[in-house]
Amino acid sequence: MKGMTVIVKKISQLMVPSIFLLGLYVVVHGHLTPGGGFAGGVLLVGCFVLQILAYGSDEVRNDLKKWRASLSESIGIVLFLFIALLGLFQGGVFFYNTIARAHPGSALDLFSAGLIPLSNLAIGIEVAAALFAIFLTLAVFRMEKHT
Amino acid sequence: MNWIPAFVAIPLGAAFLIPLIEHWIKGSSDFLTNAVTAFLMGLTLSFIHQAAQTQVYFVGGWEPAEGIPFGIALVVDGLSVLMLLVVNSIAFFATLYSVKYMARYTDKGKFFTLFMLMLAGMNGVVIAGDLFNMFVFLEITAIASYALVAFGIGSEELEASFKYQVLGGTASALVLFGIAIFYMMTKTLNFADASRVIAATGVTPALLFVSVLFLVGFGLKSALMPFHAWLPDAHPSAPAPISAMLSGVVIKVLGVYTLVRIFFNVIGIGTIPALKTVLLSLGVISMVAGAFLALGQQDMKRLLAYSSISQVGYIIFAFGLGTELGILGGLFHLMNHSVLKSLLFLNSGAVVYETESRDMEKLGGLMHKMPVTGTTSMIASLSMSGLPPLGGFFSKLIIIWASIDAGYPLLGAVAVIASIVTLAYYFKLQKEVFLGKLADAFQKAKEAPVLMCIPMICLAIISVGLGLLLLDPVREMVLTPAVHVIQGGVDYARMVLGG
Amino acid sequence: MTVFILSVILFLIGLYGVLVKRNLIKIALGFMIMEYAINLLFVLIGYRAGGTAPIFTQDVSGQIFVDPLPQALVLTAIVIGLGTTALLVSFAVRIYQKYESFDIRKIRELRG
Repeated sequence: MKGMTVIVKKISQLMVPSIFLLGLYVVVHGHLTPGGGFAGGVLLVGCFVLQILAYGSDEVRNDLKKWRASLSESIGIVLFLFIALLGLFQGGVFFYNTIARAHPGSALDLFSAGLIPLSNLAIGIEVAAALFAIFLTLAVFRMEKHT
Repeated sequence: MNWIPAFVAIPLGAAFLIPLIEHWIKGSSDFLTNAVTAFLMGLTLSFIHQAAQTQVYFVGGWEPAEGIPFGIALVVDGLSVLMLLVVNSIAFFATLYSVKYMARYTDKGKFFTLFMLMLAGMNGVVIAGDLFNMFVFLEITAIASYALVAFGIGSEELEASFKYQVLGGTASALVLFGIAIFYMMTKTLNFADASRVIAATGVTPALLFVSVLFLVGFGLKSALMPFHAWLPDAHPSAPAPISAMLSGVVIKVLGVYTLVRIFFNVIGIGTIPALKTVLLSLGVISMVAGAFLALGQQDMKRLLAYSSISQVGYIIFAFGLGTELGILGGLFHLMNHSVLKSLLFLNSGAVVYETESRDMEKLGGLMHKMPVTGTTSMIASLSMSGLPPLGGFFSKLIIIWASIDAGYPLLGAVAVIASIVTLAYYFKLQKEVFLGKLADAFQKAKEAPVLMCIPMICLAIISVGLGLLLLDPVREMVLTPAVHVIQGGVDYARMVLGG
Repeated sequence: MTVFILSVILFLIGLYGVLVKRNLIKIALGFMIMEYAINLLFVLIGYRAGGTAPIFTQDVSGQIFVDPLPQALVLTAIVIGLGTTALLVSFAVRIYQKYESFDIRKIRELRG
């Protein structure tokens, strides 16, 4: 797949950092504001997709990206399960929110709610990676086959 | 430590560890998957002795306040234990079989990932204590099985899977629609809590609407007769171990178990008078039509798929009777059919593995070339068509007896006729595949590899031994608690929440 | 009540698309419409007139909250819908690669 014109490339270059930052913000503030792991993950993958669409996928190795996407997807899920297991070993119950019960933090504070922001982080990684893998499989792979 | 969440967590964790480990150590996925399924089977066996009591597990430690649950509840009672037993043992034999069988496909790691996801989903459906989680796990199972049906990515597989997805997805949409109305009506999704609300409000038009949506949705998932169109395409197209899982377990967990749980334990079978009649007629139609359609098939796996429709019809018919004997027969037939149909699909997989053909006109006389496959298939066919003293005979006998006992002698006679047709098409299967003259093309066929024979032999031994389940001490341990759960109906709420 | 009926009509439009259309992509679209109609219905069920976000803190009392459970379930259902749609579309693409057509009449090989 070829890249697009220089205008698109430049504008996407300018946009990408702010989109990434917004995605990170939504993931990290998942327990306080609307959004969270899934919505933030979708935003995060948006900037990768934008980059590939603007610059084209000629120079990047597809198989490598796909493997990394599925690697981080697996890591995201395993992290999530690890958080659940943390509750099991600390509190005796699956998904027991040990940190929040020990250090509740004040309400609407960034460092509150214990394991929930951590789970959001894991979900954010997982969703971004999974969507990126879907994008690569559906769009890039197909276009390359035809041209 | 309480092991209930392990039924979901272990296969789910394994599903995502397999691609990682497989990337660095080739071939490790075989070992890992079999270790996981063997462990889960052992875990289920350890649950049998406590099947009689209802165990509730509140995830995250969110206990109910003043008798109103607001966390995620996982419930393991007699019925769940029985289903877990069936699911995990069939899964173990299927993974053992896959080690050799799936070597012909590429990317075994992905196959086992999807398999583990499907297993996690099914275990989740069985232990979920509320509609929300049941729906989520149902969808995990469904999506994994869509992908597994198309694992060969031939045109036929893709097409069958597309059809399966469209009908399965419609079913899920209807179920979600039902859940939405259900929530509007009861303001809760927990089974136990909702059943109390329904008992207080009685029958309303909304409840009837929800029942119809659930009936169609789960009917589509369990391939009852008017909703069966996807099954004869999807089940034969899948690789053999997956056909065994789909026909043996998935339709029972996603369709039969969910129907029984919701209609018997939540809504209450007595609450809506027409419900029994609907279940009975759906059962009888699938039973008869499935049997006659199976008779006309030339494709070996398609015949088995139609047979599944017919046998699920028997199970639903038995539950529709609503008597204790009927429920016992239904559960017993469910176990029998799971074991037998998985065995038959594994046999067909062995035949395909050696001959590359599923066409019964071309096959024939394989008994001498493949004695293990032939013998085990013969045992399964005989048991399925109800030859005494094999397990299948007793379960059908109980169902027919129960239908006469409940005042439906005519339907009992129909069940006998369907059973005779069953004998006919299994006889056809045996005659055209294993007996008769060996075609020239298959002179070089030999017995399947040892790793594929072992699960078949084990399943054959289990299927012969299943008749022992009716003996008093064993029945008290496995079947009776499950019968009590279903027979108890809306008493389920008291068992889960206490009070 | 009107909004409920409208979302049910949306659901029926999606069902029509799934059942009647002959193009694989249009079937997938009908499918998505069906899913979103139900999601819409579910969120509407949880809506309370004049309600705010359901965040309980010490200094909040006496307010009407919208019901959070349908929102949680709908978010989950959207994720599930994403997975199903991705799978459906990827299969449609693979089928297209094999038959050079999205038309269901040209690719029907299976019986019954």
